Order: sequence, then C-alpha cells, then structure tokens
Amino acid sequence: MRPTPNLLHRYANPGQFLRLARTLLPWLTGGAIVFLVVGVIWGLFIAPADWQQGDTVRIMYVHVPMAWLASSCYLGLAICGVLSLVWRHPLADLAAIEIGPVGACAAALCLITGSLWGEPMWGTWWVWDARLTSMLVLFFLYLGHIALIRAFDEPARGQRAAAILALAGVIDLPIIKFSVQWWNTLHQPDSITLTGAPTMSMMMLWPLLICTIGFTLGVAAVIFTRLSAAIHESRARQMMARSRLDRRDSQAA
Amino acid sequence: MMHLPNHWPYIAASYALTLGCSLVLGVGAALRLRKSKARLAAVEGHARRRERSAS
Repeated sequence: MRPTPNLLHRYANPGQFLRLARTLLPWLTGGAIVFLVVGVIWGLFIAPADWQQGDTVRIMYVHVPMAWLASSCYLGLAICGVLSLVWRHPLADLAAIEIGPVGACAAALCLITGSLWGEPMWGTWWVWDARLTSMLVLFFLYLGHIALIRAFDEPARGQRAAAILALAGVIDLPIIKFSVQWWNTLHQPDSITLTGAPTMSMMMLWPLLICTIGFTLGVAAVIFTRLSAAIHESRARQMMARSRLDRRDSQAA
Repeated sequence: MMHLPNHWPYIAASYALTLGCSLVLGVGAALRLRKSKARLAAVEGHARRRERSAS
C-alpha cells in the first residue's frame, strides 16, 4: 500500500469524517435554503425577460446549475476512483456509491430542463447536437457506474470496476465543456468563461450565480448526509456480524 | 413590440421538477441518516447488554 498524503489520511478515518459532517451540515443546509429561496425568487420574478427568448430564459437558472453539478459530481466520482485505486482510501468507495445517484439525478434534470427549454425555443425536444449528446453519454456513464458498483456479490470487485469506469469516463467532461467550440452546435456557446467577461447581463448573471451556489451547497449537504448514513449503516452491519460470530462461538463452546 | 407566446408551463415544469427532485433527495437523505443512527444505537445497546450479561 502506498503512503497516503496527510490531508487524505486525516479524513480516511470515518469517525473524523462524521465529526466534520456534523459541523458542516447545518451550514451547508442553511446556506442552500437561503441561496435557493433568493435565487429562485430572483430568477422567476425579478430578473428581466430576454429580448429574444422572452421568459423562457428563466429555465437557465435551474438548467445551468444542474449541468455544472452533473459534471462536478462526475469529477468527484473520478477523484474517488483515484483515491480508491491508488490509496485504498476507506471512504472513497462509500463516497462513490453515494455520489453516483445524486450526479445521475443532476444529469437527468439537466437533460429534461434542456428539453423543456428546447421545445419552445428550437421547436424540438431533442437534437443530436454535440453538447446534448455528450451530456446524455454522461448520464449513461452514471447509470453504468451505479449498476456496476452494486453488480458483484463481493463489494470490493464492484467498487474496483466502478472506479475504473469513473476514470475512463472522465474523458467525457472536456468533451462536454468544449463541444460548443469544437463543433458547430445548435446549443449556444458558453456565456461564462474563466478567461473572458460574461456575455450576459449582470441582471441575469446574479440570480444564475446565486442559484448555482444554492444548488451546489444543497448537493454537498445531500452527499454529506448520505455518506454519514452509509457509515452508520456499515458500522451497524459490522456490529451485527460480530455479535452473530460471538453467538456462534458461545454456542460451539 | 415583438409578441412572445406564453412559455410559463415550460418554466413552471422545469422549476417544479428541479426543486421537487432536490427536496426528495434532501428529505430522503435526512430520513435515511435518522434511521441509520437509530439502528446503530439499537445494535450498540444490544451489544452492551449482551456484554454485561456475559460478564
């Protein structure tokens, strides 16, 4: 086994992670509720309608955060894959099991809200556009990961196979990001980039950022909660298995 | 001024789906955590009682 870096080693202990989760959860949950209430009200009722798209532009305030979260959660899966394969981090496999369904949900919502935007704007629910297709591939990668990690009787085998799938599938993330630049797509180019000024009005940018922060905090809270529950379930299973063994030993004696 | 058709059903459906799914995920995770904590406490209590009776 290779030496684990200090920070990873510190949170490899489930007890340490549970203490961290207990401290962070109220802040994550409270922050998510505040940001989402403000962001959704701003996006739905205060932000201006677009001169071309009209009110349909409001779908962007939920569609863009879901796209961001679908990609981020998959990056999280890939990081868990590295931690699991290289350092055998005990929480990485549990985290991968818990992140998968949340990321799949975000990818599905991104595709559905995109379709709900596309029907009135493009006149169709779906086109085999590079951005849409690469996002659909990401959704299928999530489904594959969820199925694979639970597919074996011996959990370690499933976790190893799923970690490899997560690492192989990470190639889809740059394809999603740059698809609108590499190919001539119906999907509009990115409005926000790291290097350039945003191409959208600040009146629309603020609610978008607030909704994105709100959904990100919410997803972090959900993942922390699910992972804490998984640790408790695993401890209960271990204790029950130990007590069964003790009972068998005492009966044999 | 250009007349734009009413797209509010699409907008309402998008928000309802996204917020509904987020709520279901959040409440589901909270309930699961509560249930798992209660189960672990019950198992630990049972193990403690067994140890006490054995000693």
